Amino acid sequence: MTDQALEAPRVSDAPEAVPRPTQIVPLKGLPIVAVLVAFLILSISQNWIWGLTFFHVAGGAVWTVVDLFVGLVLGPIIGRLSIEARAEFSARFMPKMVLLMPTVVLLTLAAGFQLAIQLGNLSPSSPNHTLLIASFAIVGVMAAIALGVLEPANIAVLFELRKPQPNGEVIGKLMRRFVYAAGILGAMQIATLVIMTRVASQ
Amino acid sequence: MTAQAPPAETTPASRVLPPVVEVTVGAIALAIVGGIYMAGYFPRRPPLGVPIGLLVVGAALLGVGFGMLSRVEDFGWRTFRLVGKWTLAAYVLQAGMIGYAFVHNGASGAPLVVIILLLVIFAVGVPLIISFTVGRYQAE
Repeated sequence: MTDQALEAPRVSDAPEAVPRPTQIVPLKGLPIVAVLVAFLILSISQNWIWGLTFFHVAGGAVWTVVDLFVGLVLGPIIGRLSIEARAEFSARFMPKMVLLMPTVVLLTLAAGFQLAIQLGNLSPSSPNHTLLIASFAIVGVMAAIALGVLEPANIAVLFELRKPQPNGEVIGKLMRRFVYAAGILGAMQIATLVIMTRVASQ
Repeated sequence: MTAQAPPAETTPASRVLPPVVEVTVGAIALAIVGGIYMAGYFPRRPPLGVPIGLLVVGAALLGVGFGMLSRVEDFGWRTFRLVGKWTLAAYVLQAGMIGYAFVHNGASGAPLVVIILLLVIFAVGVPLIISFTVGRYQAE
């Protein structure tokens, strides 16, 4: 990923014929989120190990793969697209991310915390205790990056694209921020993968 | 005779705004550290000195963030309120889920109060960051 590849477009290059996102949050996806969260609450309240394991493993897999794919695969490709193509891609891609990522993070972390308590991994006598604390620390840094940089950039791009004349420079700047943040999160996900596979095999 | 240069056009993107995001990210980072510290002890009762210290500094930073925001004049306030309202709803829900996980596992008394207050910083701080980032690029 080079700076040149992600160079911000000039203001005069503002995309004008780009489809504007009609919704910031895709409303059709909200019922799915509601069902998933309801199942998560049920799994926690009933201490349902299979449900907790499913949400933690499946959610963690989606979270990791999306971060790695966006940061390391899609990011450099987006950087090489024309301004119009980049804006069109953002208009279609970013609304899905607004819904997908917070949901996946919530499912993974809430289920993981409950699972750790149920399986005794949080207990100080557990050989996994230190590894879990390390994992908490990594997730904490990731949360600060995701909440402070990635998510705001995501939503700001969508609002910019809704304007009659979106500012290409702003879109380029925010997309660059989004892709770099996703890349850093992707790299940190590898550390999480190492810790989690170690926890599962001890 | 000297020609006077026309005043540079001020666009939303060229505004110089106070570091509300940076300060609020600091508050959220402290809340996250406090939460992790307490979760690390769970289900035992954690010592509260460190989390309360983090809570106080985090709350102060959040207050500074709001203080800086209140002095901003040229800003996309309408969009800020629109985004803030919905993101607040979303992150109150998320914070509620986290709080529920602690309550379900027997957290009570002072540790629960500290956790709830840390979650309040989280649930208020994240919408502030998101809505400020969006509002800064919008016309008033």
